[in-house]
Amino acid sequence: MGAITGTIPLALASFFLGLLLALLVALLRLSRNPVLAAVARIYVSVIRGTPLLVQLFVIFYGLPSVGITIDPWPSAIIAFSLNVGGYAAEIIRAAILSVPKGQWEAGHTIGMSRRQSLVRIILPQAARVSVPPLSNTFISLVKDTSLASLILVTELFRQAQQVAAFSQEFMLLYLEAAVIYWIICLVLAGGQSALEKRLDRYVAH
Amino acid sequence: MSPTEPPLPDAGALLTVRGLRKAFGRHEVLKSIDMDVTRGEVVTLIGPSGSGKTTVLRCLNGLEIPDAGIVEFSGELSIDFSKPVSKKQLAALRDRSAMVFQHYNLFPHKTVLENVIEGPVQVQKRPKAEAIREARELLARVGLADKENSYPFELSGGQQQRVGIVRALALRPQLLLFDEPTSALDPELVGDVLTVIKELADEGWTMVVVTHELAFARQVADEVIFMDGGVVVERGHPDTVLRAPREERTRQFVDRLLNPF
Repeated sequence: MGAITGTIPLALASFFLGLLLALLVALLRLSRNPVLAAVARIYVSVIRGTPLLVQLFVIFYGLPSVGITIDPWPSAIIAFSLNVGGYAAEIIRAAILSVPKGQWEAGHTIGMSRRQSLVRIILPQAARVSVPPLSNTFISLVKDTSLASLILVTELFRQAQQVAAFSQEFMLLYLEAAVIYWIICLVLAGGQSALEKRLDRYVAH
Repeated sequence: MSPTEPPLPDAGALLTVRGLRKAFGRHEVLKSIDMDVTRGEVVTLIGPSGSGKTTVLRCLNGLEIPDAGIVEFSGELSIDFSKPVSKKQLAALRDRSAMVFQHYNLFPHKTVLENVIEGPVQVQKRPKAEAIREARELLARVGLADKENSYPFELSGGQQQRVGIVRALALRPQLLLFDEPTSALDPELVGDVLTVIKELADEGWTMVVVTHELAFARQVADEVIFMDGGVVVERGHPDTVLRAPREERTRQFVDRLLNPF
């Protein structure tokens, strides 16, 4: 139950919000504006350089002391999105850079603006390259959502804790939780393979 | 107008370049290049690697921004690069010409047909049905009628380059730019591509071709420009420049290409 009402929506919402953020941050890092690029670089550095649990606690337990109180669920989504945003930004940036410069030039010569080339020529190719590492991020995220139990979000792990405390069946319940996490990740890995196959249709094998 | 016909086939100067300069950092790649291209004319640029010939081409298409010099298209567009240049001017310059790249640079995630109609439909906003009809006509012309649904990786280098040429033609540019169009090809595939370019020249397309194929230059070019070290060393009719060059440097270069060892 905790998986369906807690873990899965939490992971999905955080991943897609994080992905949007990551795309924005990746583009800022690649922009010619040095200030924007620096802001993006600092953001990525902070996110990658601090523990996720600390980020979560700062948002949920820390912000109230400066007058900002956010409920457990939004706190969790904000923290996980910011976290995914930092990691995925680097993946997307690398994927964009992996597309040969000649593709930008071909876009230019057929009359495209940089934005048009980015959207129609570069990003579709970058997407193919970034599916495996982004899937990794997604799978990590699913497991990391268990940390939300520590800020009172009733997701899969917190529910297991609650039931275990009541029934004293610790081994059984924690193993059950582990199996459910594993199943979710297996499904995700399956989705990854299908997506990779689809995006690989235009490359030589 | 049939898509296979070059626009504005009447004679007269199409392109005038004066004092074109470009440096990368401290390295001066172009030191004041002058060039004139008449409508319907084929100009080939030859010269050792690093001589600046590709940079000339890239400046004409706006892939590089020259540091100084004037580029003029048949009187209607004139850009002085020693002054600040607007985005609008650069876009206008780029739209006059279309580039065929040494490494084709086809869009790998699009089929052959999608590659060709991308510019006409997405940029020039022409009706899709019309763009497709034209694309098919052009593909048939270069012998690729049955490849429209293939992806670039399924084609040979020669076929990919012919798609590259069709992609450029579909834009209906006033000027075609070829950057060593056969340098990346296996020797047995070079002929097909050169034949297509020669046919386009015979039809009256105006083009500037950077090439190492001297036989092609001799047969097709109206003017050969030999560059070295960022300057034009010699220019003239192919029979003169390639058979009886006035300059010692030209003679050495031509000799070396004709007798590599």
